[in-house]
Amino acid sequence: MENRTDKNSYTIIFAIVMVLIVGSLLAFTASSLKPNIAENKRLEKQQNILYAMGVNENDETSANFVSTDKAPELFKKYIKKQLVIQDGKVTEDDEAYLIDVKKEQANAKSGKARRLPLLEGEKDGKTFYIAPIRGKGLWDAIWAYVAMDENMVIQGAYFDHKGETPGLGANIKQRFFMDDFIGEHLLDASNNFKGIDVSKSNADPKNEDKTDNEVDAIAGATITGNGVAAMIKSDLKLYVPFFKNLKNN
Amino acid sequence: MGLLSKKDAKLITDPLADNNPITIQVLGICSALAITAELKASIVMAVSVMAVLAIGNVVISLMRNIIPSKIRIIVQLVVVAALVIIVDQVLKAFAYELSKTLSVFVGLIITNCIIMGRFEAFALANKPWRSFLDGIGNAAGYGLILIIVGFFRELLGSGTLLGFKVLGDPIEKTGLYAIGYENNGFMLLSPMALIVVGIIIWIQRTKNTALIEDH
Repeated sequence: MENRTDKNSYTIIFAIVMVLIVGSLLAFTASSLKPNIAENKRLEKQQNILYAMGVNENDETSANFVSTDKAPELFKKYIKKQLVIQDGKVTEDDEAYLIDVKKEQANAKSGKARRLPLLEGEKDGKTFYIAPIRGKGLWDAIWAYVAMDENMVIQGAYFDHKGETPGLGANIKQRFFMDDFIGEHLLDASNNFKGIDVSKSNADPKNEDKTDNEVDAIAGATITGNGVAAMIKSDLKLYVPFFKNLKNN
Repeated sequence: MGLLSKKDAKLITDPLADNNPITIQVLGICSALAITAELKASIVMAVSVMAVLAIGNVVISLMRNIIPSKIRIIVQLVVVAALVIIVDQVLKAFAYELSKTLSVFVGLIITNCIIMGRFEAFALANKPWRSFLDGIGNAAGYGLILIIVGFFRELLGSGTLLGFKVLGDPIEKTGLYAIGYENNGFMLLSPMALIVVGIIIWIQRTKNTALIEDH
């Protein structure tokens, strides 16, 4: 006897109904949760930026952001100016931190002008310039918020990634890696932009030499590390004219 | 023990040892290699798979009499994919921190052979409650191996456990490092996960020779 569920017509109807139900269920979930997710992402950006300029709740070894409910208030308090650099012109924009770096990179690739967001923060009388940058790791995107002083010396950095290998590439967001960047010079001795190499042959694992344009790489995470170095080199280089101007004035 | 009958309890205890999904059925090896370089990731993955497998088993079991056999694999895929995406979206909206820790695993859960394996082999032929227990049991057996492998790989590879430096500091040369101990970087690479799993299989079959297949 043929089973009811073996019939072709039943199979097709089942498939159609299933797709309709699952499809609308997913669409409903996605659209009803969208505002919450967008808000979470916005707060995370504020937390990341504050983290880079040293406003965080770090303990001895782990990286901790300020809490999400305090983030907007602290962001207002510490971030004094939000700048957008486009074709060498600097304008102020109160939502510069929301600029999508990925989109701007795509714009630049297709020949359009790229908007570069730069946030000016102030803490304990010190000025920080924080730039969001983005690049490629081993599996997926990696990005960072790098805080610099007016000489392009790194004051703090927060790295993050979409899907690097846990325990290896994913360790770029660990303190032992991020903290190595603090104090590193992006310019070389003759003030030309050199970036920072994530180096496997680094002879300075304790990172005492801050002007060698190198930090120690993570074992087993060569490609992610190279991605970090490449992202710093290509994206932060774009800010060099801004810092040159800053010094001349 | 009034909570579970003997037969039901076996659904949970069997996959922990004598019918372990990884060491006996050799399912889910791929994710066992990918994420066991540190203990925390192993634990998170074990918990996530348990949630998805238990719920998925129940859903498939509830639908077992109406699923057309010709497209049952596709139906199973749709159920697990939909489930994982909904869980991911809800986490992103209400537990953003947690969702960031889970990010890599979400994709890996869908591709985990254990999930499809249990849907196909168990949930399609059994009642929801038994399928639920089977899901919990198999995920626990999978998680157990993951945690053992993660423990040894993190300890021997990085000298840490859950991020704590249990063997001393390799750069400051304290603890074990003071007497010349070195981390074995090879432990962090995926081939070592396979070797650790191999050693577990070896030990398990030496202890229980009934598990050795004869050819």
